[in-house]
Amino acid sequence: MNTPVLEVRELSKRFGGINATDRVDLDVHEGEILAVIGPNGAGKTTLIAQLAGMLAPDSGRIRFAGRDITGLPPHARARLGMARSFQITSIFDALSVLDNTLLAVQAHAGHSYRFWRRARRDKKLTEPAMAALQQVGLADKAAANARGLSHGEHRQLEIAMALAGTSKLLLLDEPMAGMGGEESARMVDLLRALKSSKSILLIEHDMDVVFALADRITVMVDGKAIASGAPEEIRADENVRRAYLGVETPGDA
Amino acid sequence: MQLSRPPVRLGVRLLVLLTFAILPGLTAAFDQPFLLDLALRMMILATAAVSLNLILGYGGMISFGHAAYIGIGAYAVGIPAYYGEYSGYVQLPLAIGAGALFALITGFICLRTKGVYFIMITLAFAQMAYFAFVSIEEYGGDDGLVINLRSKFTGVIDMESTHEFYYVVLVFLVGALYLVSRIVNARFGMVIQGAKDNEPRMQSLGFDTFRYRLACYVIAGAMAAAAGWLMGNYNYFFSPEMMSWTHSGELIFMVVLGGAGSLFGPVLGAIVLIILEEVLSGATVYWPLILGAILISVVLFARGGLEGALAMLERRK
Repeated sequence: MNTPVLEVRELSKRFGGINATDRVDLDVHEGEILAVIGPNGAGKTTLIAQLAGMLAPDSGRIRFAGRDITGLPPHARARLGMARSFQITSIFDALSVLDNTLLAVQAHAGHSYRFWRRARRDKKLTEPAMAALQQVGLADKAAANARGLSHGEHRQLEIAMALAGTSKLLLLDEPMAGMGGEESARMVDLLRALKSSKSILLIEHDMDVVFALADRITVMVDGKAIASGAPEEIRADENVRRAYLGVETPGDA
Repeated sequence: MQLSRPPVRLGVRLLVLLTFAILPGLTAAFDQPFLLDLALRMMILATAAVSLNLILGYGGMISFGHAAYIGIGAYAVGIPAYYGEYSGYVQLPLAIGAGALFALITGFICLRTKGVYFIMITLAFAQMAYFAFVSIEEYGGDDGLVINLRSKFTGVIDMESTHEFYYVVLVFLVGALYLVSRIVNARFGMVIQGAKDNEPRMQSLGFDTFRYRLACYVIAGAMAAAAGWLMGNYNYFFSPEMMSWTHSGELIFMVVLGGAGSLFGPVLGAIVLIILEEVLSGATVYWPLILGAILISVVLFARGGLEGALAMLERRK
């Protein structure tokens, strides 16, 4: 087995008396989709925030692309090839759809201390940006102001921005939240197609999506990773069924 | 679609710049040197406002200490002149270098804060510069000093000639506008605007926003100091009063009145503010009160300032 792209060991984060992340281990291998599931409040978003560097863990290590990145700030991790989509849409409201995507490309296209050439006429930026918009089905809205997009389109733009760079690993926090059935199905196809070129850590509530996409699943409850394995193992796991998969109604912790 | 609309903004820009360009001829013909004086002040302050707009309008960095750079630029004329060094080749680079250095040092600290804290700390640094120069008796303390001669570019430009100096100022204004238009549309400008809009997102994309902002802050400081160099030459005078927070406030007023984040807005803001000051101060001693009411109205009812209003005019027709 190849070495994991992302390796998390004993990651812990406490907020007051609550173990938001409780000694979590997980691996994402190359070209794999790892889904992290769990009830609301299980600590999934806190986990992603630590992986992306927005939140410092109390203890534990994060290795990415063979490097210890536990202490690196968000921009340095992004530089190493980690892209992130946000659960709550986070885009550049005042800029156009193309500009949003263009910035995501630009982030991976060397330094930006370039003061003269017009960025919007730079094919090295606009072509990959348009390609990413094409992939998510937003190309016809490229010139529109990002503020005016529908909720589903905002989500598509989030994904386009995650795709636009040359990132090895995508951290997707509920990318399908708020999408219609058709958009959501298109996104499932898109993520499946991406698998060959990128590794994905996916947080998702929709079990149909998770079981359709994931190579492996990690289940989190109350900050702990209670199980990890292939989808069929997870489906059969007694603990998981009891804690989460609908045998009993999960409580909102 | 865009083309069928009347290009109101473009028309206004051309009209303003053309008027500035032919004004010396007109004022000579009609014997109104006062107007030329007024236009010079407008253009110099507009240059400073254009530089403030780069950080305030495009970058979202609301500096309340921008007048400090005007003072620094003026002292870069006055202090060498005091020691008998009149060369513009010394004074202008000194102004730009000193402005950039002050921006680098203060920006390194200011840019670690956001919002109101940023406003207050930029104000604090400008006040420190103000009081530092008040305390230097050698250069006139709070009275400042007179400069005998303008910067010398022997054999190239005679700055003592009002007309030649006038066109130097016009070139600086147009140059500042062109520079800002290139910067904000280049990759660097995309980063600056993205960081204004959503800084955490920029960081998660991989941009070290602090450094880009600092670079932007330094560019704006250097540009404002160049405007200060013009101001010192224009006045034949420098004093700490040029750095006072009221002047910083005026520059913000110009940017907001004209339209923050629009290229030409600060120029319109500078022109209108100076006209208003002239007209109102002639009419009543309570003119600052009226000026204040106008600013509040602009902020409340015309968010995009004058440029925004012109853009609305384009859409309506």
